[in-house]
Amino acid sequence: MNEAGAVTAAKPIPAGAPSAAVPLARIFRDFLIIGSTSFGGPVPYLRDRLVARNGWLDDKQFVELLSISQSLPGLNATNMAMLVGDKLRGVWGAVLAIFGMCLPGGLLMFAVGIVYRAHGDHVWATAALKGVAAAAVGLMLSTVVQLSKRSLEQRFDFVFIALTVIAVNVLHFSVPTTLIVLGLAAILWHRPRKPSGTDPS
Amino acid sequence: MNQLPALFRVFAYLSLLTVGGGMAAFPELKTQTVDVHEWLTFPQLIHLYSVGQLAPGPNMMMIVPIGDWAGGLAGALVVTVAFFGPTAVLTFTVGRLWTRLERWPWRASIQQGLAPVSIGLLLAGCFTMAKGAIFGVETAAIAAGVLLILLQYKVNPALLVLGGAAVGLLSF
Repeated sequence: MNEAGAVTAAKPIPAGAPSAAVPLARIFRDFLIIGSTSFGGPVPYLRDRLVARNGWLDDKQFVELLSISQSLPGLNATNMAMLVGDKLRGVWGAVLAIFGMCLPGGLLMFAVGIVYRAHGDHVWATAALKGVAAAAVGLMLSTVVQLSKRSLEQRFDFVFIALTVIAVNVLHFSVPTTLIVLGLAAILWHRPRKPSGTDPS
Repeated sequence: MNQLPALFRVFAYLSLLTVGGGMAAFPELKTQTVDVHEWLTFPQLIHLYSVGQLAPGPNMMMIVPIGDWAGGLAGALVVTVAFFGPTAVLTFTVGRLWTRLERWPWRASIQQGLAPVSIGLLLAGCFTMAKGAIFGVETAAIAAGVLLILLQYKVNPALLVLGGAAVGLLSF
């Protein structure tokens, strides 16, 4: 199966080609490549390979699948792998895509965990890790800012953001309680309006 | 003591909270792994999480070493299956349904409503992590520097995290 995949792998599949033509080995191989090269976050690498190189999706489909990935539980990287794998080759496409996506990082972190447990308390290691942790906080905050710019449509959404932070960090509500209560409230706030009515927002 | 059932339960539960990104589950990840089950300490969790940002692929593969520490190789496998299995099945099912519901008016409401709440959860995760990662002027400066650079320029974030390591080595 691997060999069959390797033979067809060289040929780019043109956009609009029947998706059943993509071999399973090719799906695994491409997600394995994304999984082992996507340093700093998988989304740009996913777009580059799935849309630009392979033409498995067009940009509109990509953005749509990404928005589904963000609304559902699960990481964007694995949700995207799941949705694209399913679109190309159904259940097995999805399973192989997720597997390829997770394997390299998982093996790497397994090794990192072993090294860290043995040497994590060395002076130089704690010094470097302090810097890494602080930088990671900055990285997370930039993700929050960029997501806010991209996906918020109303000023009032900032009230929901503030309420969520207060619920978790100040009132120490559990994440699921917060998610269910405020999630439902926010969905109701954004409920469908009648098309004829004048929408004040 | 056999930790495997507990590992499975905790990580399957955590995976359902990762709406918008892995960081959304961070406060609960800390509660469950550090406070309730004591599989690792809070500084260790922060270190693993941060180093995990340097690995390619999904940014939560740092769960693998937690599973390894608590339950060996079997623990690492259990944690991975628990963390990715349930949400994969959910995404698979809902994803198929979702594309068919394109004209359902509540679909847009759900997306627009969940967006601010999931961003709030990510931010709450940032604050939980900052409590253990930001102490003193140097660490605050590193975090602020990375934030400003990423908002201003197109840089690969992994390089900046490495830069944080370099600054850490030089200044502590």
